[in-house]
Amino acid sequence: MIPASFEYVRPSTVEEAAQILRNAAGDDVKLLAGGQSLLPLLRLRLAYPAALIDLGRIDELRGVRDEADHVFIAAMTTHDEVVKSAVVQEQCPLVALATAQVADPAVRHRGTFGGSMAHADPAGDLPAVALALDMEFTILSAEGTRTLPASEFFVDYLETALGPGEILLGAKVPKLGAGWGFHYEKFHRTAQAWAIVGVAAAVKRENGTISEGRVALTNMGSTPVRAFSVERRLPGVPVADGNGELREAASTAANDTEPPTDLHARPDYRRHLAVVLTERAVRKAAA
Amino acid sequence: MSRITVTVDGTKYEEEVEPRLLLVHFLRDRLGRTGTPIGCDTSNCGACTVLMDGRSVKSCSVLAVQADGSDILTIEGLAEHGTLHPMQRAFHEEHALQCGYCTPGMILASIDLIQDNPDPSEDEIRSGLEGNLCRCTGYSNIVRAVRKGAQEMGATP
Amino acid sequence: MSTTEAEIGRARRRKEDARLITGRTQWTDNIQLPGMLHVAFLRSPMAHARIIRVDVSAAKGQPGVVAVFSGQDFGDEQGSLPCAWPVTEDIVIPDHPPMATSTVRYVGEAVACVIATDRYKAADALDAIEIDYEPLPAVLDMNEALAEGATPVHEGGNKSFTWKFGTGDAEAAFRDAPVVIERTYVQQRLIPSAMEPRAVVAQTDGDSFIVHSATQIPHILRVMLAATTGIPEHKIRVIAPDVGGGFGSKLQVTAEEVLTLLISKRLGRPVKWTESRSEGNLTVHHGRDQIQRISLAASADGVLRGVKVDLLADMGAYLMLVTPGIPLLGAFMYTGVYKMDAYDFTCTGVFTTKMPTDAYRGAGRPEATYAIERAMDELAHEIGVDPLEIRRRNWIKHEEFPYATAGGLTYDSGNYEAATDRAMALFGYDKLRAEQADRRDRNDPVQLGIGVSTYTEMCGLAPSRVLGSLRYAAGGWEHATIRMLPTGKVEVVTGTSPHGQGHETAWSQIVADSLGVPFDDVAVLHGDTASSPRGMDTYGSRSLVVGGIAVLQACEKVKENAKQVAAHLLECAPEDLEFTDGAFRVRGTEAAKTIQEIALATFAAHDLPEGFEPQLDAGSTFDPEAFSFPHGTHLCAIEVDTETGESKIRSYVAVDDIGNVINPLIVEGQVHGGIAQGIAQALYEEAVYDSDGNLLTTTMADYLIPSAADLPDFTTARTVTPATSNPLGVKGVGEAGTIASTPAVVNALVDALSPYGIRDVAMPCTPERVWRAIQGGTS
Repeated sequence: MIPASFEYVRPSTVEEAAQILRNAAGDDVKLLAGGQSLLPLLRLRLAYPAALIDLGRIDELRGVRDEADHVFIAAMTTHDEVVKSAVVQEQCPLVALATAQVADPAVRHRGTFGGSMAHADPAGDLPAVALALDMEFTILSAEGTRTLPASEFFVDYLETALGPGEILLGAKVPKLGAGWGFHYEKFHRTAQAWAIVGVAAAVKRENGTISEGRVALTNMGSTPVRAFSVERRLPGVPVADGNGELREAASTAANDTEPPTDLHARPDYRRHLAVVLTERAVRKAAA
Repeated sequence: MSRITVTVDGTKYEEEVEPRLLLVHFLRDRLGRTGTPIGCDTSNCGACTVLMDGRSVKSCSVLAVQADGSDILTIEGLAEHGTLHPMQRAFHEEHALQCGYCTPGMILASIDLIQDNPDPSEDEIRSGLEGNLCRCTGYSNIVRAVRKGAQEMGATP
Repeated sequence: MSTTEAEIGRARRRKEDARLITGRTQWTDNIQLPGMLHVAFLRSPMAHARIIRVDVSAAKGQPGVVAVFSGQDFGDEQGSLPCAWPVTEDIVIPDHPPMATSTVRYVGEAVACVIATDRYKAADALDAIEIDYEPLPAVLDMNEALAEGATPVHEGGNKSFTWKFGTGDAEAAFRDAPVVIERTYVQQRLIPSAMEPRAVVAQTDGDSFIVHSATQIPHILRVMLAATTGIPEHKIRVIAPDVGGGFGSKLQVTAEEVLTLLISKRLGRPVKWTESRSEGNLTVHHGRDQIQRISLAASADGVLRGVKVDLLADMGAYLMLVTPGIPLLGAFMYTGVYKMDAYDFTCTGVFTTKMPTDAYRGAGRPEATYAIERAMDELAHEIGVDPLEIRRRNWIKHEEFPYATAGGLTYDSGNYEAATDRAMALFGYDKLRAEQADRRDRNDPVQLGIGVSTYTEMCGLAPSRVLGSLRYAAGGWEHATIRMLPTGKVEVVTGTSPHGQGHETAWSQIVADSLGVPFDDVAVLHGDTASSPRGMDTYGSRSLVVGGIAVLQACEKVKENAKQVAAHLLECAPEDLEFTDGAFRVRGTEAAKTIQEIALATFAAHDLPEGFEPQLDAGSTFDPEAFSFPHGTHLCAIEVDTETGESKIRSYVAVDDIGNVINPLIVEGQVHGGIAQGIAQALYEEAVYDSDGNLLTTTMADYLIPSAADLPDFTTARTVTPATSNPLGVKGVGEAGTIASTPAVVNALVDALSPYGIRDVAMPCTPERVWRAIQGGTS
């Protein structure tokens, strides 16, 4: 199928992009990142933007930087670049693990880190990772840059806290230091299908037990959700198979979630999967 | 309209295009490079895969304007001076195609895979080709062809 | 004796590949003609509605728009799309205008079209067409459709036909039977999903027309376009250029083909229509969609007495080319490889407000094989024996062939024991059973299941007299012509229409052996009614079994012609000649004339036998006397994660007996692809309509086709029991894998779950359905 007509601009700096965006106030203008979600929507004529602002040639929006206590991943860094980044692999391996499972290789060559976050599809793999790692999003607004924790960034289905004139610059991923293990458990019907449920887990191990854990869930609501009740129960759970302590802790994974119904799963099944996959994700993260 | 410059299979083209023109339609309808087919609307099937600046992309999910300044390699530019690329040869030798509609995308995705992983296992080939659908072969012979193509690419400096 | 290596049986690499691996292809959408216009169709968003008002005026003023038409604009000129298989005398065949004029009956039905200077402008102008609908209730469930007071899809009601067949006394077989198994299985609706979307290009010089189409059936299409549009047949040339897969979905005469032709006629310009995938998921005919009630009657030790089948088949909104015949192709196969006294079959075709169904790989036979092979597992479970044992007790033994089945067919040959023994050895059957027992003992959350399918099918469609007795409108013959060129090269003109099957290679192998010419000296022409005027095209695993025989017979005629010339040139009697290695030799001497020398001499025509017409070419039309019956044993081992419901095929072994083989490479490829499609039905694919009749699986993001990452490697092997019904001893292989694999996979899955008391999971056996079954709910 074929997209409807739109205007197209390709700024070369973020400031220029922001200016265009502000001038377009009122028009339906969309930022074009890698286009791997937006272009199919345009082709199916599910979206009719008046104009696209292509962020693809803004050098300052690309790359991964190691910055003291965190890693900064610029918004237009492609999934492929993220997966291959030595800094990401060493300092925030959960991001690499989950990003490697986004779509397929060709899509990862075009799709971007920031595009996935800003698209805010609760079935996407990266938003849950952002929550689990307490990423902080850096946003350019009319007043300058502001930062927003992941917990406040994802507002609703396909909706973020980004205002109409704002551009996502990237995210700070806190370095968690020694002793942490990670896993992203994705459950889907075919390799390139969206996650029915996904679980991002980060686990700190001390002396054979879990001392701290972070768990966030993909596709268990209109936004990614943090499984705080599981996290509260994880400290003290033995890393090796104990007497079902981990299973017990994971059993609350779906508490307070409102998972969707779609072609592949109804809510009760998703809740069940969240529990089973949380146990598996934590176990693998702790291994 | 936007003016773009794109090199396709070694030839440089300067064209005026509508911003909404898909790269694959630019290749097929504008340049007559019909070797790259279209199989879906949602970037799932991978039939339209080309190499853009050396990496696989689905040309149905790239705007021609986004390709401005880039170097595109399609299946038509792969054989050099009539000599088949080792991956093309391997697909032929291993009977890795039937109707052939997925084949251009499958070959280019395979070459991309080998760039990152010169000696992939069967599982790595299978997951590396997860974005390319074939309805004819059941994939067994494609996996064999990629193994063989990889070996021959390794042997050819 | 021949001294050169035989071509038949050799793993020749395909001639077709050269263009396909380099992108020098001829897909229909590649065609660009001067002044060519592009068509886009506006499609009904309603499952069932009356069209109240159509206003195309705004669209007509859009940039680049040349014309806009609604159904009324075509009027009677568009005719009614054909149904060539009125299966009963009283069948209801509703009028089927290519473009709806007053009522729409499925989402996706064409209601208007734009013709513009490029495809983008055509798509844009669709948005400006206004149509008002008065909604009518959607009719989605077959049982509800047949109930009293149901909304009629057509004036005649929702029943199209009831077709019955039987042999023996089924009531007697079931009366007092110690064991009776009754099961209901649902064949979910599938979307064939050939990788190449449909495309049509029609052009005219004002008098005659050329239609390029991504079709499996250029010859049938030509006849039907003439019958539908009134354009005389000799004014229509149909070309199927490179076609990117079909699987039955391009065995059709479509609304878009008829309308594109009519638009070209009306505007006097070349026009092209190319389908998008989401358009195709809505409007390429769907497959399967049957509810099967199957009953087995058996003795206490599991020996079958009879089988009864009651089938509801969803026709969708209209009857297309062979829609009502599809279940009949399965009707004779529900008795499978088994012996019994009686068989009873009833099928009712039902109208609903969904896309019509029609042929999809296997067409009726996968459904039949699924039901009998699933039910045989149930019988085995009931009397407590291994699924292979129940089959051994009931199958036709190799020494019993030819065997007249309760299904009304005579199987000419087969050896089920040999194929099964081979499959079990390759599979490691006993070891896997041991591992299964161990996992069950340990209560392993990952359970192992083993599934078997001992299938047979009928191929070689078809003896024309049989088709006639089934009220099919055409014959089942196939034609080939061999042309000897002056330089000794050979052109084969075939009526088959390959779209991935490799006929250019396989027919070259047959000709090379028969005429003794090099493989590379043979070219195969196909898919163009101008160069290949006679043919019945490619579907139903028929091409080799019918078309290949025509090629062989045409070669024999060429040799007969050449022999007369050879005898004349060698100054001997024809009876003194023998033909080896491509030359006629005078027995007991060195004197010889090669076929190439004879071709040149015939061309020159300087010195030919008295009265001999100076040409060697010959054609042959082969009409088979009987069907062929491929069979085999497929074994599947599947691991089921009982915590998530996810299943993963661990190993898959297929031993097929398709008789003699022309090219083992092509055969293996056909089996691989067939297995993959059968697995896809078992585990992944389903066309889903919501309660309003909207298709929810319109894209490949929703309709899940397995990728390489989702499928295992397949182990394949063959046994060879040649068919006796044709001179090559071949049986056909295009559908075997699909027919065999679906029940093998589901039998394996149910076997894995049997400790939980589960005896069935509805297809596709998704993780959610498996999980629900384990929870004790309905799957």
